[in-house]
Amino acid sequence: MLEIVNLHAEVNGKEILRGINLSVKAGEVHAIMGPNGSGKSTLSAVLAGHPAFTVTQGSVTFNGKDLLAMPAEERSRAGLFLSFQYPVEIPGVSMVNFMRAAVNEHRKYKGQDPLTAGEFLKLMRAKKDIVELDNKLANRSVNEGFSGGEKKRNEIFQMAMLEPCLSILDETDSGLDIDALRIVANGVNQLKTPQNASIVITHYQRLLDYIVPDIVHILYKGRIVKTAGRELVAVLEEKGYDWIKQEVGE
Amino acid sequence: MIHDGYIALFRENEALFQQNLPVWRKQMRNDAVVSLQNQNKATFADAYALDYGLNPQRLPFKGNPFSLFMCDIPGITTYNYLVLNDSFYAQPNLPALPAGVVICSLAQAFVQHADLLQPYISQLALQNPDVALNQLLAQDGMFLYVPDGVQLERPIQLVNMMYGTVDMMAVSHNVAIIGENAKAQVLVCDHAYGSEVSYLSNRLTQVFVGKNATYEHYKLESSSEKTTNVSTLQITQQEGSQVLSNLITLANGQTHNRVEVNLNGKGAHLSINGLGLGHNTERIENHTFINHNVDGATSNELFKYVLDYQAECDFYGLIKVLPDAQQTQAFQINRNLCLSKTARMFTRPQLEIYADDVKCNHGSTVGQLDENALFYMRARGIDPDEARMLLMFAFVHDVLDNVRIEPLKDRLQLLIERRLRGDKTHCNGCKICR
Repeated sequence: MLEIVNLHAEVNGKEILRGINLSVKAGEVHAIMGPNGSGKSTLSAVLAGHPAFTVTQGSVTFNGKDLLAMPAEERSRAGLFLSFQYPVEIPGVSMVNFMRAAVNEHRKYKGQDPLTAGEFLKLMRAKKDIVELDNKLANRSVNEGFSGGEKKRNEIFQMAMLEPCLSILDETDSGLDIDALRIVANGVNQLKTPQNASIVITHYQRLLDYIVPDIVHILYKGRIVKTAGRELVAVLEEKGYDWIKQEVGE
Repeated sequence: MIHDGYIALFRENEALFQQNLPVWRKQMRNDAVVSLQNQNKATFADAYALDYGLNPQRLPFKGNPFSLFMCDIPGITTYNYLVLNDSFYAQPNLPALPAGVVICSLAQAFVQHADLLQPYISQLALQNPDVALNQLLAQDGMFLYVPDGVQLERPIQLVNMMYGTVDMMAVSHNVAIIGENAKAQVLVCDHAYGSEVSYLSNRLTQVFVGKNATYEHYKLESSSEKTTNVSTLQITQQEGSQVLSNLITLANGQTHNRVEVNLNGKGAHLSINGLGLGHNTERIENHTFINHNVDGATSNELFKYVLDYQAECDFYGLIKVLPDAQQTQAFQINRNLCLSKTARMFTRPQLEIYADDVKCNHGSTVGQLDENALFYMRARGIDPDEARMLLMFAFVHDVLDNVRIEPLKDRLQLLIERRLRGDKTHCNGCKICR
């Protein structure tokens, strides 16, 4: 599904990603862990097409297409979803208008007719239950005045609406209390199918207690320095990242 | 044309200008001459540089003037009136007005209701050159009188229509007297026929809002690039009166709106809002002067502009709180979105406070669309143009929230959306656009 080969990227002339290789297949859940500043969020931003980052080398193939050649909006329509670490507040744009625009762009991309207002509201009602968001959501401005937990639940709600084939969850656990974490993780698990895949980016073990990864990668200084099964999470939690630094010879 | 030219025009046609007027109004014409003679010639000439040609004879329109314009706001029912260039027309077969309500031509009101008008109009200060010119030359306009306790359920719509085949100028004067505990909504639409002819209009509207009365004033401009519109709105509010004013400029050439509000009674509240969408080389100026003259009045001001291309817009807001106006609450905000590097916004939010127990603030911002929000929307698959559109619409949304005539609000949403999308569009009311 996703094939990243020797990916290098920089921001403001500073190289952050220094040769990432990663392969994700349908049905898999990958976890990317690593200390602060290792490039985790940069990787997610580059994959989503953030204009602040420049790819200097390497390739990314997504379902057979050259992902890096696509603008951000097309990547989304093609089935890539980024759950933002810091969801953006957009005062004055209601959730319903925002999501209707997004859903209908996705439908257009697939050659489907836009949803009617009634069909859309029905879909929205069904999906918001997955993350236990309340009924007032539709008329609220996007993320404006949302609590930290609501913002993250709103990200998963949008994921449920857009049904991506690859979701990247960037630090979705940051700022969540244990109940919100459970709700968000349950939402993600409900959306899992044998046809889609996820990349979970996190610092901590606790999210991975709920969203169980098949493969765990450790990102350090812009490279994936270790890849193993889910047992790696427990090792990291016990030994910390210093152990990795020693392993790579620092 | 410099003011000498207008004074000469007045002198040449004095009999015509002064016909059927009460003595005090005739005297105001002469006072206006003196005021104009005292104006700084250079600054006056800036606004009135071109000689557009005025028609003192006011030849009546041949045919039905309402065929020129048909308001297409779905679901709105109004008492519909027209000021075609410089003359007032009432739509034939209008439903009866509530008892005591008068809506007629101002020229006619000077004959039939001169005593009613005198205490209001004769006090008009003529120092301002736009007002002086208006009072020198205005021959007609709308007169609205709502007696005490009468509440008009249906809005009054006044369409100011510029219509000509050669460059021209038109001057009009509207007066509204809203009695105690009365209620009225007035929607003023400024339109211009065709895109080739240059127009200059100078319109003065005076509104007197009685004790505990409610008044809403909407001014909507959708004219042409060759239209210069100079408009002065004066509102005087008595105790406990509630006034809402919205000035929305969708499409225009050069527009200068001056609003002066005097809060003269305790508990009076003013909500004044404006929206300017500046495209091409349009110029939109909104200058507001809010005077808190007595204690315990409140005002809330919000003006927003979206500027594109080489548009040049200007906001000036002065809130003056006089020494006796304790417990005043006055808030003023101006926010502006510059979409191009060549658009220019000038803004001066000002407070002058001479009382010591007041709550006031003012502020202004000029900025661009939020890049983070744009990326967030694109990351959900939304087209960048559509994302910009949603953000622009969000920006102007709180101004629209202050429109309380629902069909007008719905229509404005559509018109603003079309305008923001860059469609060359008007409100489709004029024959030429239909």
